Amino acid sequence: MDHSAPQAQAADEVHLPHAPENVAIWCQNLAFHYREVEVFNSVSFHVHRGEFVALTGKNGAGKSTLLKLIVGLLEPAQGQVLVFGASPRRCIESIGYVPQHTGFDAAFPIRVEEVVGMGRLSGLSPVAKRQKQEDVEWALRQAEVYDLRERPFSALSGGQRRRVLVARALVGHPKLLVLDEPTSNMDADSEKKFYDVLERFKGNTTVLVATHDSDFVSALADTVLCVGQDVDHPHSVHRHAIEQAENVPEDIYGGKVVRVRHDIELPDNACCEGKE
Amino acid sequence: MGGFLQALVNPSVPFVRNALIGSVLAAFLFGILGSLVTVRRIAGLAGAISHTVLGGIGLALFLASRGAPKWVSPMLGALVFAILAALLISLVSLKAKQREDTVINALWAIGMSLGVVFLAKTPGYVDPMSYLFGNILLVTSQDLYLLAALDVIVLLLVVRYYRHIEAASFDEEFAATKGVPVTAVYLALVLVIAVAIVLLQTFVGIVMVIAMLTLPAGTAGYFSHNLAGMMVNATLLSLVFSVGGLAVSWHFDLPAGAVIVLLSGAVFIAFSAGKMLAGRRLARS
Repeated sequence: MDHSAPQAQAADEVHLPHAPENVAIWCQNLAFHYREVEVFNSVSFHVHRGEFVALTGKNGAGKSTLLKLIVGLLEPAQGQVLVFGASPRRCIESIGYVPQHTGFDAAFPIRVEEVVGMGRLSGLSPVAKRQKQEDVEWALRQAEVYDLRERPFSALSGGQRRRVLVARALVGHPKLLVLDEPTSNMDADSEKKFYDVLERFKGNTTVLVATHDSDFVSALADTVLCVGQDVDHPHSVHRHAIEQAENVPEDIYGGKVVRVRHDIELPDNACCEGKE
Repeated sequence: MGGFLQALVNPSVPFVRNALIGSVLAAFLFGILGSLVTVRRIAGLAGAISHTVLGGIGLALFLASRGAPKWVSPMLGALVFAILAALLISLVSLKAKQREDTVINALWAIGMSLGVVFLAKTPGYVDPMSYLFGNILLVTSQDLYLLAALDVIVLLLVVRYYRHIEAASFDEEFAATKGVPVTAVYLALVLVIAVAIVLLQTFVGIVMVIAMLTLPAGTAGYFSHNLAGMMVNATLLSLVFSVGGLAVSWHFDLPAGAVIVLLSGAVFIAFSAGKMLAGRRLARS
């Protein structure tokens, strides 16, 4: 599909700070509420292409809601979300989404391969079989679940299932990978393996990952965005500083981590220096 | 059993052959739609639709007795009520998920009560039992054509949109991010189920439609590896249960619909018990 026309048009309207293909996510003056409950109010931030972003915040702060706005599952009440200069619904192919999928039904008969195959869907158009198979195999290998491809999805461990869902998101070779608390309830070993998989995509694919631990995040992170951390601004998203964390036992956090300095807020253009 | 085979080829009892053809045609709907009802966990919704149908049948019979035109048939009444119930439940389910079961149970009870009230006020004796439990031996050629047409539509839709239906049933949120119109898929499924229930209740009756939409698919779910396999296995099981039940009921002179459901139920319970025991043994070792 050719989306160049709407991309160019949208970019003209909002004056992106860089070329649209270099701005993976652009949120401008975003507002959102569930009925009367306010979730976001005048939220603005942006993410560069290739950045690895950790999204932190307390339970119920709105991390999942923000991710759903970015992948186009929810529409903002006000303001704008653009992914590579276009509205999320217009760039289905560019986005790979890994939902929490907590309501998974163990009685659903489905094999790993078939779960991953869903990643090739695009609207109601038929899926080309051969192309699909190649992409599915590639994604299965990337997420290190190729050996599990024939197994029933319900027979896998929690960590394996999350990697299968990552494979499903990777099938379409997304430019932006969005993950909603992918390592919650995961043991340190599984978590380390999970971040090893994500590390392969660092730099080439833009990664936005919501995490449940808000004091430490994976050392892969270039940027930390914090949802509703500030008591005075509960409906906001702020950019916080990170620093090297000393003496953090790896077996607790599964891989190298950095400390988030929630007391140091960075300006939104802190990431722009030296970028096109 | 020989008596049943003889009856099938005996031209003086064509209804036995019609019942067999009807069972085969119904098996596809029970198998395919039943699998979707099972994996999407909407058996309650299907139950409410089928019980609301009695209200539509009662209203149509009542109006006909008060001089309504001939086209006001029980089938039309059933169809209108089934579709209204399907749309109402879908609306509540999409807008306010937490109220869904309340609405399902309300429609279930109100639909049946309306049917009983209308039937009571219809002159002459109408036996509600025949609508609740159906009579597979009363199936007409017209019923068979309608069923065959619905079979073709359902098969075409499922073959063409299998991947989309599978994705929307497994993980609606992810399917939506891939541009699959999940609400449209859900509405289409619910409407097809409503129409299928109206056509199928002539065979096995309102009460038993639900049993046949859940038991063969539930049994197939125990040994199928994917949704397509579940649909095929559930269709084959429905076929065995309906033809087997028909033969048994003919042989022992029992109500056909009830025998078919009892057979399906017995096999489902046997599978569930076997699965449970196997699970325990595994846990112990």
